Amino acid sequence: MKIIIEISYLVASILFIFGIKQLSSPKTARKGNFLAALGMFIAIVVTLLDQHVLTYEWIIIGFIIGGTTGTLMAFKTPMTGMPQMVGLLNGFGGGASLLVALSEFYKMKNFAQWSFATSTNVTVTLSILIGAVTFTGSLIAFGKLQGIVTGKVVKYPGQHPFNLFLLIAVVIAGVFFVVDPSLEWIILTITAVSLVLGILLVLPIGGADMPVAISLLNSYSGLAASATGFVLQNNQLIIAGALVGASGIILTMIMCKGMNRSLMNVVLGGWASAGGSGPTAEGASPKGDVKSVDSEELAMIFDVASKVVIVPGYGMAVAQAQHAVRDLMNVLESKGINVRYAIHPVAGRMPGHMNVLLAEANVAYDKLYAMEDINDDFPNVDIALIIGANDVVNPAARHDQNSPIFGMPILNVDYAKTVVINKRSMNVGYAGIDNELFFYPNALMYFGDARDAIVKLTHALKEA
Amino acid sequence: MDALGILMLIYVFVLAIFVGFELITKVPPTLHTPLMSGSNAISGITIVGAILSAGLEEFTISTILGLVAMVFATINVVGGFLVTDRMLKMFKKK
Repeated sequence: MKIIIEISYLVASILFIFGIKQLSSPKTARKGNFLAALGMFIAIVVTLLDQHVLTYEWIIIGFIIGGTTGTLMAFKTPMTGMPQMVGLLNGFGGGASLLVALSEFYKMKNFAQWSFATSTNVTVTLSILIGAVTFTGSLIAFGKLQGIVTGKVVKYPGQHPFNLFLLIAVVIAGVFFVVDPSLEWIILTITAVSLVLGILLVLPIGGADMPVAISLLNSYSGLAASATGFVLQNNQLIIAGALVGASGIILTMIMCKGMNRSLMNVVLGGWASAGGSGPTAEGASPKGDVKSVDSEELAMIFDVASKVVIVPGYGMAVAQAQHAVRDLMNVLESKGINVRYAIHPVAGRMPGHMNVLLAEANVAYDKLYAMEDINDDFPNVDIALIIGANDVVNPAARHDQNSPIFGMPILNVDYAKTVVINKRSMNVGYAGIDNELFFYPNALMYFGDARDAIVKLTHALKEA
Repeated sequence: MDALGILMLIYVFVLAIFVGFELITKVPPTLHTPLMSGSNAISGITIVGAILSAGLEEFTISTILGLVAMVFATINVVGGFLVTDRMLKMFKKK
């Protein structure tokens, strides 16, 4: 039996790897996801055959509650709510690892046939630490994305030394636990401190840095599964966890590169800690007047264009304007105008956020261009239409060494013949700085809520 | 478990990390959200540990912890795979 279980785990691991491999193209991605799910199904079924699994009622109850909740979440969450949902799922993964590690501890404590071993004590401690941090950290991330917890950068004196102190406390308690594993209060202390640490680590991270936080927590949830694998000495968990851990780390690095910031800088919280401490808003503040247009004037400008690039940002997600944007695209295309989309790596609140929203609105994915694939083409573009994006199109990132976002890769929208910026007001973006683009001679401000404004523009274009 | 046993597990872990890096770098940015939710579902593999905890013969605190872990991990697995499929269904080429 043991042999059959191990072989099945091997098959499941191979299916996970093939599943992820097929995610490299939108054509095969759905099949890949199915293969991974099949691998999971095999792993679950053979585990039920394990000689230590003797009662099934609790397992069935768990399946029913979890399965129903999971299905409801998967079908009821709107696409704009995907960052929250992924955040929450990360948390459940971490929470499960924490609970399994605790359960193992009590198993070793209460049953004679399982005894403590030094290596297991180490892995139980690690599993609790990573699982707990992932759990509460993800709940805070969920709260921030959902608007329950403040999306602002939270800072207080002694923040980082205190977090470091908590981490050291966990390590010391872990050493005590390895020496004398019979002490229940130590394991509970490790759990409690790790839970608090998860909250404090994510709390300082600001809203627009969430793509990094979510990616990092994704990686943690994988590492938590691996840690549980070490506790249970189960290769299947170790492999699956490592794949996810690697995935999260890569996404984290891509997101950090997209903002030209180090991981440390994001984790410690906020743009303010980058470079100079003084606010740059004063000296570098651009002067002059902005030109504002209404939908009729704008429709006339669009009517004579031949190449349009739409740049969506978080504002499009907030206003749920993706369908309105698709309608605009259809009208433009019916007039023979070429329409493409330029997607900045950190646009939105999670990696690939804009792509999913536009896919939902039925925009073909081959119209979406990554920053490096479209940036050189902006001089040939008649109109760059920016919808709810700000810092990722601020030219100050290219030349203003005093700007906090200096060095961040941006979309070269200012090279287009005309730049149309749809915003609700002149307010600053996440980085808290003015955008000199708005004052450029080729820039036109088109004020209004993204959805209303785009609908009006589409309407005016139809009449033109 | 002896040191050699632990070393074998670390062996597997390190190699799997390398495989993960190779695979994920080939995923295009357009699929990064489904990649996250899909890999998230895979990290629900902890369900294996939850089953082993919840299925113990005697009912103890381990069983209760295992049951809650079971609920969490099942939400992770079922929710993750289903929502990924829902998203991937929407990705169409003109």
